Amino acid sequence: MSNIQKAFENGKAFITFLTCGDPDLQTTAAAVRAAAENGADLIELGIPFSDPTAEGPVIQGANLRALSGGVTTDEIFDFVEQLRKEITIPLVFMTYANVVFSYGPDRFLSACQKVGIDGLILPDVPYEEKEEFLPFCRKYGVDLISLIAPTSQNRIAMIAKEAEGFLYIVSSLGVTGMRGEIETDLASIVEAVRQNTDLPCAIGFGISSPEQAKKMADTADGVIVGSAVVKLLEEHGKDAPSYIGEYVKVMKKAIG
Amino acid sequence: MTNPNGRFGIHGGQYIPETLMNAVIELEEAYNHYKKDPEFNRELTELLNEYAGRPSRLYYAQKMTEDLGGAKIYLKREDLNHTGAHKINNVLGQALLAKKMGKTRLIAETGAGQHGVATATAAALMNMECVVFMGEKDTERQALNVYRMRLLGAKVIPVKTGTATLKDACSAAFREWTTRIQDTHYCLGSVMGPHPFPTIVRDFQSVISKEIKEQILAKEGRLPDAVLACVGGGSNAIGSFYHFIEDKEVRLIGCEAAGRGVDTFETAATIATGKLGIFHGMKSYFCQDKYGQIAPVYSISAGLDYPGVGPEHAYLHDTGRAEYVPITDDEAVNAFEYLARTEGIIPAIESAHAVAYAIKLAPTMDKDKIMVITISGRGDKDCAAIARYRGEDLHE
Repeated sequence: MSNIQKAFENGKAFITFLTCGDPDLQTTAAAVRAAAENGADLIELGIPFSDPTAEGPVIQGANLRALSGGVTTDEIFDFVEQLRKEITIPLVFMTYANVVFSYGPDRFLSACQKVGIDGLILPDVPYEEKEEFLPFCRKYGVDLISLIAPTSQNRIAMIAKEAEGFLYIVSSLGVTGMRGEIETDLASIVEAVRQNTDLPCAIGFGISSPEQAKKMADTADGVIVGSAVVKLLEEHGKDAPSYIGEYVKVMKKAIG
Repeated sequence: MTNPNGRFGIHGGQYIPETLMNAVIELEEAYNHYKKDPEFNRELTELLNEYAGRPSRLYYAQKMTEDLGGAKIYLKREDLNHTGAHKINNVLGQALLAKKMGKTRLIAETGAGQHGVATATAAALMNMECVVFMGEKDTERQALNVYRMRLLGAKVIPVKTGTATLKDACSAAFREWTTRIQDTHYCLGSVMGPHPFPTIVRDFQSVISKEIKEQILAKEGRLPDAVLACVGGGSNAIGSFYHFIEDKEVRLIGCEAAGRGVDTFETAATIATGKLGIFHGMKSYFCQDKYGQIAPVYSISAGLDYPGVGPEHAYLHDTGRAEYVPITDDEAVNAFEYLARTEGIIPAIESAHAVAYAIKLAPTMDKDKIMVITISGRGDKDCAAIARYRGEDLHE
């Protein structure tokens, strides 16, 4: 069983996202600590990419701030290695195919194993292209997380049957970012996933309020909140970690 | 040339969010159906001939030939098409396909604005809504085309992220497509992006080489020795090359934008300076740093100012079937002026990159050799920018 399962053993899982190096790695470390201490069950660490095509304006901004600060993939591996000495919850990387491809998938996944990364999310790698990275993920025991979208329909069974770690259910059409309403029939998507796998399902994209999170957690095994947390970094910069801690506490309590 | 997974050798593929997968699968199925449908082909041919003005002329550039003193030079006049560039060939095909698929809205990215204008034109003709994404920097250097798109009823959205050029316009269009798929077709303008776009766009542009072949056989009784075209994403080049790929004696030469030179960072010459990567839905060559961050490329030509190249070009480069050469801003501007003075034809600054290489290559070839240069578009849109490049304070 993968380490990621632990995230789903403490009630409904609260998963959050931070871009490494936004605005610097010290702040990211403090934000990870604050999130973990206040109930985050799993943290997605974004490795910034110059052209994050699946992201809305908030996370695009985080990528830009991180790259402007000069953070590199090598520095992020060193950073996670240090962080792992104190953080025990599952950690996964979220980045784009070219970041892994240019580093060399074997070298990248080997480094993930060495520093204690449990999973990898690549939003621009669908089922059809996963063989590019999957053999290296398997070799080094890193789960390649699959995404399911509101448009997946007939593809759900195929994706779910081969999924690892957890299923990332994309709540809405479009890119990442906070939304007022989520209208997708998520219950039937989760049901279709569960017919094909025992892995947990977490819903992400567009979730920011405790009420939304509660509603999503009633449907799935966990919720993923990205932009709302990154927004706190946008607003408070290096002072954001305490705000993030407070926010995570409220959200985790809401999904109870 | 394409295998079932949309690969050209190792290049191509479908590196896109899951949200878009069923949309590209639906597009591929519709395309495979309609490309064999006689009614679809009849309608498209009628649009290309009656509306866009095809076939475009293959013009013997006698003065240029005599001036350069080498190979006999023909110009494939895509600049004479309706809307002033080769872009209309692809757009009419995709718009008709989208209409058959029941889509009511077209979105597009544009660099120089030629693809945006062509898309806005087709949308007006076919009663479709149209939204064009254009880098903010390009809306400034190609202001005339922004006005043309608006005149045609399209909404133009300036993209401010990243380098505010073609790559960012393309990312914005992909983002928009994930937001609204049901009624919207992404009318991609070049032979790039995820499968099936590189194949669809190539097929619609291959009319260029089909005509060149017929026209040169009629005029000269034989195939040309070289075909030259400019390459950004590479749609006019693949269109110009396609029907000659099996004719190994025909040299195929793509002319990339070197900007201020391939030894500087201000370049967009992907094959000369890029490396293998994955971006905008495809595996191909990209200008990038050692960590895979896409480079902020530069060219005087907004249409060639893109950090990647279509996957079929990457494959033709790998196999050595086509050659790719870098042309600097200076060389392109000189060629822009040269063709205007010598033949009375003002080419697009993009096309001037191909003319620039012809100026170097033709004198090295014997007089019994034949060269075809595709003039992918007309240069009216570039006049103000080139005047400024030469230090004249001309504004539109």
